Amino acid sequence: RYYGYMFGHSRGRRWVRRPLAARAGPELSELQVVIEAADPGCDSYPHLASSEAYHLTVTEPVATLKAKEVWGALRGLETFSQLVHENDYGGFLVNESEVYDFPRFAHRGILLDTSRHYLPLKSILTNLDAMAFNKFNVFHWHIVDDQSFPYQSIYFPELSDKGAYSSNLIYTPTEVRLVIEYARLRGIRVIPEFDTPGHTQSWGKGQKDLLTPCYNGKQPTGSFGPVNPILNTTYDFMTKFFKEISSVFPDKYIHLGGDEVDFSCWKSNPEVEEFMKKQGFGTDYAKLESYYIQKLLDIVSSYKKGQIVWQEVFDHKAQLKPDTVVQVWMENNYAHELGSVTGAGFTTVLAAPWYLDYISYGQDWKKYYKVEPLNFPGSEEQKKLLIGGEACLWGEFVDATNLTPRLWPRASAVGERLWSSKNVTDLQDAYKRLTSHRCRML
Amino acid sequence: AENEPSQGTPCTQLLVFISTPGCDGFPSLDSKEGYKLTVSKGSILLSADAIWGALRGLETFSQLVGRDENGTYYINETEIVDFPRFPHRGLLLDTSRHYLPLRAILQTLDVMAYNKFNVFHWHIVDDPSFPYESSTFPELSRKGAFNAMTHVYTASDVRAVIEYARLRGIRVIPEFDTPGHTLSWGPGAPGLLTPCFVGKEPSGVYGPINPILNSSYEFVTSLFQEVSTVFPDFFLHLGGDEVDFTCWRSNPKIRAFMKEMSFGEDYKKLESLYIQRLLDIISSLGKGYIVWQEVFDNEVKVRPDTIIHVWKENGMEYKEEMANVTRAGYQALLSAPWYLNRISYGQDWREAYKVEPLGFKGVPEQKALVMGGEACMWGEYVDVTNLTPRLW
Repeated sequence: RYYGYMFGHSRGRRWVRRPLAARAGPELSELQVVIEAADPGCDSYPHLASSEAYHLTVTEPVATLKAKEVWGALRGLETFSQLVHENDYGGFLVNESEVYDFPRFAHRGILLDTSRHYLPLKSILTNLDAMAFNKFNVFHWHIVDDQSFPYQSIYFPELSDKGAYSSNLIYTPTEVRLVIEYARLRGIRVIPEFDTPGHTQSWGKGQKDLLTPCYNGKQPTGSFGPVNPILNTTYDFMTKFFKEISSVFPDKYIHLGGDEVDFSCWKSNPEVEEFMKKQGFGTDYAKLESYYIQKLLDIVSSYKKGQIVWQEVFDHKAQLKPDTVVQVWMENNYAHELGSVTGAGFTTVLAAPWYLDYISYGQDWKKYYKVEPLNFPGSEEQKKLLIGGEACLWGEFVDATNLTPRLWPRASAVGERLWSSKNVTDLQDAYKRLTSHRCRML
Repeated sequence: AENEPSQGTPCTQLLVFISTPGCDGFPSLDSKEGYKLTVSKGSILLSADAIWGALRGLETFSQLVGRDENGTYYINETEIVDFPRFPHRGLLLDTSRHYLPLRAILQTLDVMAYNKFNVFHWHIVDDPSFPYESSTFPELSRKGAFNAMTHVYTASDVRAVIEYARLRGIRVIPEFDTPGHTLSWGPGAPGLLTPCFVGKEPSGVYGPINPILNSSYEFVTSLFQEVSTVFPDFFLHLGGDEVDFTCWRSNPKIRAFMKEMSFGEDYKKLESLYIQRLLDIISSLGKGYIVWQEVFDNEVKVRPDTIIHVWKENGMEYKEEMANVTRAGYQALLSAPWYLNRISYGQDWREAYKVEPLGFKGVPEQKALVMGGEACMWGEYVDVTNLTPRLW
């Protein structure tokens, strides 16, 4: 596909013979790609510790791209394709160059939300292409939420039967596999997020008794709240459900959500109230939330999966596993939060300043570019715990008709911030490169 | 259809009756867009005074047709008498900040028709580029377009837009904004723009059109002669906004002229001089004109049938401006609260919807001078990759 990107697929370039005069000068005939590790990784999945470094030497007659693992070769190929440019006669040029490159942060992600609006497969795949152009390596798939449940589960088909917007607005197992493989070929990890116990309205449609019935005095109101944390059936369900998720999604990590849990429904339910008493939680519903999360973490750990959670899980003092990753998303005073999370010894991923769904007039890419993730109070050791960040495109006002122009090229600013060295901060230079990069992406 | 539908008799015809069609003419500010649509058992009748009303009625009719789960098309029995509140309902596209390929313009005209817009305000040239291929002055686009081969509107492109619009009952009002917003005119028309000075030396930078040279007026006359024939609508938009006086002030010849004319330091008087001469030129070409509000604010003497385009929004000051413009007896167009290029998070359509164009202090005669308004999509951050989802 890189040959196509550089020289154009359907433009019949191969037959174009350059005018003789333009043939004077050194010619590059080959790009040799060498992957050095014994196991280059071509048949495996990328992971957090994958090596993405590469060494690119462009000199005549043969350029070489060396990388330890195939993931670095992919990054180097992207760079090489960006160095090749066309002259006025339709000839292709590349400057003699030597590039030693590697990412500053290992987790560089994009979040897409396919619950607020369904996104057809094509949108997701096109976005994976755009991610590869920007060296992003994590697709955080916020696949279900309150509004709809498009994930077609094998064990629990009713979830999407009853919870999707409609029967054709779902992701079948085949489609999910397609996304994972398309991503893999671009060195992109797919981390699914099945957000609980809040953000689960759509789960209740296909799974009876999963959600907490809300009460008005002694009467159920007919509406439901978060996942019901006091029933054994809840944990039986989660055990089975996450068994499926663990086998469907090959990445080592699963995002478990845990954000914005509204306690009012739990508070209204008499059985929950009684459970609180029995457990000695008093009226502190954060403890109930933590009780649920802890059991969920145990379940997911038993499947040998790591977990990522939103910051509330940490803030409400649940007992996390030592390798639980905390994602910081609340914009207010996020630097302080990063300090707290890493101070407690947890790995963290930063999303707070990069909610790209919050559009505004003008060149807002600059404010995303100016973010310095390590500007938070903490020791060197703590700063090592910040493994990267994610640009988030929540779906309340986004669907296939406007996803691409809304996300790009603004997300490119985040991509550079996460890959490039700390001192790459010149806005004017970035502007020049961003404008040509945008045209190239088109 | 072999199978009888479960309810109602199948309708097979929409009868369209137009008393005075005018199918070969162009829509205008006075076009009648009212229509009557009657859907009853056995007959569907759309009647209108003019073809333009029939088009609006057809659009409504197409919106009323539904489809049930079996795939059958149906329509409810209905009686509609409809006509627009305002006769000028426009959309501005800016093809200078970013070139918009023909297909983007045509697609926009389609969507305008779906929404009963009837004016395409084509802000075709400005500082950054001059994509309009002029037959009188081919150098303008040759030197002023982003790319003279690929980023221009040829005469046939322009004709295509005008006809495509006409078939949808949409007027095309071009805007050739002067004397400011004209940097791209400079390369193709040497001597047109004012050379700016630093002290006694020209700085190499240029400003607005040079209002003290006869050649400027000769140029503008020839250009607008062409524009007047190319664009059939009675109205032309002449711009007149945001004229930066710094360059004029820096130019010694202009300062001398100011002294001669006893304008003192009031460069608004110089701007007025230019605009007045321009308006005379346009009038003599038999066209009417629309100008941005600065022309009114700066007390330029304009003809009584000038339309003032209100666009400045600092808080609610546009309401005051609407009152002032109409109190002075001029017709007004409102755009200030409808700058759709100024995007923001969430359901901002509501802010646009809540605007009441006549929500200003004035007597009924004043309110009658409000012809309508325009949604503007300025092009600083807009091109074909994001125009449609940003505008609609």
